[in-house]
Amino acid sequence: MKKVLILYGHPRNDRSEMNLPMSAIARSLDGVTLVDLYAEYPTFDISVEKEQQRLLDHDIVAFQHPLYWYSVPALLKEWQDLVLEHGFAYGSHGTALAGKLFFNAVTCGASRSAYRHDGAYRRELRDLLAPFEETARLCKMRFLPPFEIYASGHAREDGRLEKHLADYHRLLVALVNDRVDLERAERGNSLAEDLDNILLPDDSEAAS
Amino acid sequence: MSLLQDAFVYLVAAVIAVPIAKRLGLGSVLGYLIAGIVIGPLLGVVGSETEKVKHFAEFGVVMMLFLVGLELQPAMLWKMRAKLLGLGGLQVLLSTALIGGLGVAFSLPWQTALAIGMTLALSSTAIVLQTLNEKGQMKTVGGQSSFSVLLFQDIAVIPMLAILPLLAVSHALGGDGSHTAQTGHNVLSALPGWLQALVILVVIAAIIGTGRYLIRPVFRFIAEAKLREIFTAAALLLVIGIALLMEAVGLSPALGTFLAGVVLSDSEYRHELESDIDPFKGLLLGLFFISVGAGVDFELLFGAPGTIFGLAFGILSLKFIVLYILAVGFRLPTADRWLFSLGLAQAGEFAFVLFGFALSAGAIPPDLAKMLTLVVAITMLITPALFILHDRVIAPRLVEKNERKADIIDETGPVVVAGVGRYGQVVARLLMSSGYKVIVLDHDPQEIEALGRVGIKTFYGDASRPDLLHAAGLEEAKLFVAAIDNRDQQTLMVEHVAKTYPHLKIVARAFDRHHVYELEIAGAHVAERELFESSITMGRKALVLLGLHPFLAERKSRAFRSHDLETLDQLRDRWITEGVDQHYLDTIKSRGEQLLDVMKLDNNEVARQADDGWLPPPKGDANS
Ligand SMILES: Cc1cc2nc3c(=O)[nH]c(=O)nc-3n(C[C@H](O)[C@H](O)[C@H](O)COP(=O)(O)O)c2cc1C
Repeated sequence: MKKVLILYGHPRNDRSEMNLPMSAIARSLDGVTLVDLYAEYPTFDISVEKEQQRLLDHDIVAFQHPLYWYSVPALLKEWQDLVLEHGFAYGSHGTALAGKLFFNAVTCGASRSAYRHDGAYRRELRDLLAPFEETARLCKMRFLPPFEIYASGHAREDGRLEKHLADYHRLLVALVNDRVDLERAERGNSLAEDLDNILLPDDSEAAS
Repeated sequence: MSLLQDAFVYLVAAVIAVPIAKRLGLGSVLGYLIAGIVIGPLLGVVGSETEKVKHFAEFGVVMMLFLVGLELQPAMLWKMRAKLLGLGGLQVLLSTALIGGLGVAFSLPWQTALAIGMTLALSSTAIVLQTLNEKGQMKTVGGQSSFSVLLFQDIAVIPMLAILPLLAVSHALGGDGSHTAQTGHNVLSALPGWLQALVILVVIAAIIGTGRYLIRPVFRFIAEAKLREIFTAAALLLVIGIALLMEAVGLSPALGTFLAGVVLSDSEYRHELESDIDPFKGLLLGLFFISVGAGVDFELLFGAPGTIFGLAFGILSLKFIVLYILAVGFRLPTADRWLFSLGLAQAGEFAFVLFGFALSAGAIPPDLAKMLTLVVAITMLITPALFILHDRVIAPRLVEKNERKADIIDETGPVVVAGVGRYGQVVARLLMSSGYKVIVLDHDPQEIEALGRVGIKTFYGDASRPDLLHAAGLEEAKLFVAAIDNRDQQTLMVEHVAKTYPHLKIVARAFDRHHVYELEIAGAHVAERELFESSITMGRKALVLLGLHPFLAERKSRAFRSHDLETLDQLRDRWITEGVDQHYLDTIKSRGEQLLDVMKLDNNEVARQADDGWLPPPKGDANS
């Protein structure tokens, strides 16, 4: 059993179509802790101590957020700047996060085609998330490609919403039960697109 | 000398003497008096015209009472009635009897003795009120009691003027023409008594009625012309008109303008009137004090210094004793008894008028009148010294004996916090925890002790007292935090500090929106409504308990805050020029309606304030 910490950042929960139901799923799962950062720190007064303890208590850390200007909403950035202290997260004595997994669960307004070398944004989403990858590396964490949802604003109209939520559910359950093929996942660009290939069969199922 | 030359001499004297006197902590009154002595008896650059100047300048007293009236709501006046009649009445009666009795003992005819007793029983409204105002002591028990007595004396002048002609012992000299102020020769004297009384009542009712119903529209009309000098002219017109009217019916002009002031005290034009009249009052009173100094007859004084000073000290002592006994009888706090008794012990400017009148009525021989006039001036000259004696010697000891003394402040620091109740305390602690040296003043011994126990350097004393503020080191301080829990004192204190220590940054606790403006006008750099932020925090927490997402609640309270601050800004100028008028109320109302909109999360123009931010581009926008 792995423990998953989802740091959720969304300043407009009241208008969210995708992240809100995603966070509800995460909250409902055993082994998953969901922290609504904007609810906990509405005035941005982040408690560093508490957040560091949370990190220590979990094996897998995820940022769940809408993509804002190719990055995270401000409070998640603030969280990084304050919580990932020298001597805790990085530096010669900063080994508290060593070996933990990190990934972004991110929703994008733009469609899949925009995030291609020949698309409107000229880069794969995974490449755009380079700052997070490097942050994770510096903290000696293992970075996984994002679990991403494109054109999230149209998911409901297109009838994709349920599928996205079910995939998120599957991913989180697999992570808790340690049934993700990490080597394989690392080689790809997306946890969402590779999901069927990286989830390992359930041992108990295999036995029966 | 020409008018301009005269004016030049008086102004030079004032401009030199008053700042020096103030710097030395002697108060402006003494400065003016000394200036008068220098240009009058000492240098002789002014001469016979001082008498005329004095009568002219007495109008300053009339203006001062108008201003005092403006500060006094009718309800407050009503609350003072016991003191006014009891303290004031007894003071006048007892002092008259004692001084008159002594006169008789020195074998003066009883008529003359009575005339002198009545005249010398009165104190100097000009000196006392000016000094109390300057020191910010008008609102203390001692200040309020002194004011009650002075007001009563002002009323008592009316019957005195009626009695004096009956006290003739020699042939009346006939008026010398200069004493027009309160001579009692008025248009009514031909009428029978009951009719006079009726006319007087009608006039008073007319003043009240006019003030209540007519003045406002008239002032609004004038104010809309947006010509400041015309408003000033109207204010002067009001005061002078009332003074003339009162004179015409034989009442004290000061009393009439005081009444008008009280009637206008809750009108929206109060502040404008105050600030318009105030400079005139100040200049005229200054002129008056100078002329008192200039009128000191050195020849007479050095002819019989023993007698003159003996009489002066005799009168001061007699009046002091009467006042002190009354202060004890009326249970004034110990500390205030001395201020009250020493302050009112002098004889006042009414004496100049009354002696002149008594002389022309034949109630008092010319030599005696001349000598007593000089004695009156001497008692007035000594008064500032008595105030200083009180502040420097008596008051400090009294406090020591009483509960604890106002601590000698031996530390100066960059921040002085006045008032460390629940409000100032937090400010002080925040500043201290940020490493600033903080000096804390409060008049609540319990508060002081509690703070002292947790290691905060605190000093006991009334933080609104200028001398204490001075002692706290405002001269060297960088910042002043005004956080006392008395709205009016707070404003007075800020005004005083801003004027006296222009280099200081001032942050002030305001009680409400209007108080913010008042404090800003008084000179505060930052005025913060004391409950505003904490109420918003409370509201935000309430919203969260009601189930709102905490960040949404935060955004709503931010929108609320900024909208309210915007309203504060929009109403500021309006309030300063017009006070609370219809437009102001309309603005508040429509702002209030907008506020409801702000809180709704729809596409309304104003609601955007709370709803803006972090919205994805509209669905179907191809480029998003
Ligand atoms: C301030 C802001 C910046 C955004 N920047 C991007 C962006 O860089 N790329 C993108 O694909 N979508 C962007 N979007 C669209 C959001 O990612 C999209 O609205 C969100 O993922 C929808 O999720 P939700 O329904 O949970 O709110 C942005 C939206 C906002 C409000």
